[in-house]
Amino acid sequence: MMLTQDVWEVISLSLKVTTSSVLLGMLMGIPFGAFLGLYSFPGKRLIIALIYTCMGLPPVLVGVIVYLLLSRYGPLGSLDLLFSAEAMIIAQVVLVTPILAGLTMAAVHGKERTYWETAKSLGATPLQMMLTIIREARGGIWSGVAAAFGRAISEVGAVMLVGGNIEHHTRVMTTAIILETRTGNFTAGLQLGLVLLAISFLFNSFLMVGMMNQMKSRRR
Amino acid sequence: MNRLKLKDLEVSYEGRTVLQVEQAIFERGRIYGIVGPSGAGKSTLLRVMNLLEKPTRGSMQLFGTDVELPSLTYRKGVPIQRKMAFVAQRPSMFQATVFDNVALGLRYRNLDKSTVQKRVEHALGLVELSPLARQRAQTLSGGEAQRIALARALACEPELLLLDEPTASLDPYNISIFERVIQQVNHQQHMTILMITHNLPQAKRLADACLFLHKGRLVELADTHTFFHHPASAELQDFVSGRMIC
Repeated sequence: MMLTQDVWEVISLSLKVTTSSVLLGMLMGIPFGAFLGLYSFPGKRLIIALIYTCMGLPPVLVGVIVYLLLSRYGPLGSLDLLFSAEAMIIAQVVLVTPILAGLTMAAVHGKERTYWETAKSLGATPLQMMLTIIREARGGIWSGVAAAFGRAISEVGAVMLVGGNIEHHTRVMTTAIILETRTGNFTAGLQLGLVLLAISFLFNSFLMVGMMNQMKSRRR
Repeated sequence: MNRLKLKDLEVSYEGRTVLQVEQAIFERGRIYGIVGPSGAGKSTLLRVMNLLEKPTRGSMQLFGTDVELPSLTYRKGVPIQRKMAFVAQRPSMFQATVFDNVALGLRYRNLDKSTVQKRVEHALGLVELSPLARQRAQTLSGGEAQRIALARALACEPELLLLDEPTASLDPYNISIFERVIQQVNHQQHMTILMITHNLPQAKRLADACLFLHKGRLVELADTHTFFHHPASAELQDFVSGRMIC
């Protein structure tokens, strides 16, 4: 496969949609997960059960719901976002935010027992406490980011529905692979798949370096 | 203004009372040893005083500040918390350098960089661990970590220092440093110190006064000499003479 202008365009849009959705998901999921990991309140168990359920949301279902919301007669139809990169980002944010919230909650909860009392007795305000524990739980949180990135970049059902796989507009690597396969061009499909794997490998290696350094410093 | 007073303190878990203190008064600038058998409520007392646990009822007067403990929210408790510091039996070190660990409480107080630097260096000097400032805290030995935990507490310059069996797992060398530092800050800064210990000779060595807890009740609070040589209660007599009490 030649890395033609079209292929670069597909790779670049995939990265744009994936990183945007993971960053937006981090902005919402990490503080929410940290809050759940740190504080007790009525209904917390129900929320946790819902988050764990949403961690396994079928992408096609998310695609259908976002499609209905953004369609002309849907409640957000006036935004005219259907079949755009923004619509794909919205769908992926719905998919990755529960993953980030759930894994952050688990990571923070694991550290909370150890560090809550120390930070509180040193005079931390509630916000300082949350930031301290998030910092201590960063290894687990980065694992959540890796899982979210993996889910977003390999996702096909939702982005196909709300993006429409439109050439030069909403075609990403996964939808391009489907198109190539449907037209019998298996080699191009496989090659795109390898590029996708390579990107995922590079991203995870980058995260792993940080996590390994942290583990080494703990072991020393 | 110059005393710490606990009044009508009661801690219950699921209807079972684990701590009951009608009244206890601690004078500023003294070292108090807290002794008693396991399960007497010693740690619970310190945790309640350090606002880590809410009692069922009771109040605390902390050097002029009245605190109604059961209704105190986290946010409202922060200024009170910042008047004291706590060192647990097993210190938890944050994933950072020794310097950053000691500086943590000061950064929570938003102190300027030069004050933080000065106070951290002073605290590390006190516990004789200045050369370890740039080392990662996770690499410390148990004794070093406990001394760093003490430095972290002292850097905050608390009016009240609460110590929960801080030397229980330390070797004699680290214990001697720990005890010297406690005496030094008590003399120089007039810091009030409450220290739980199972080591009665240590309580005799360090404390100006001692209190004895048994089955969740404050049985006796007296000057160290009176406490050990002329105990008023039969329970304390048995305890200091090494007999099993029940």
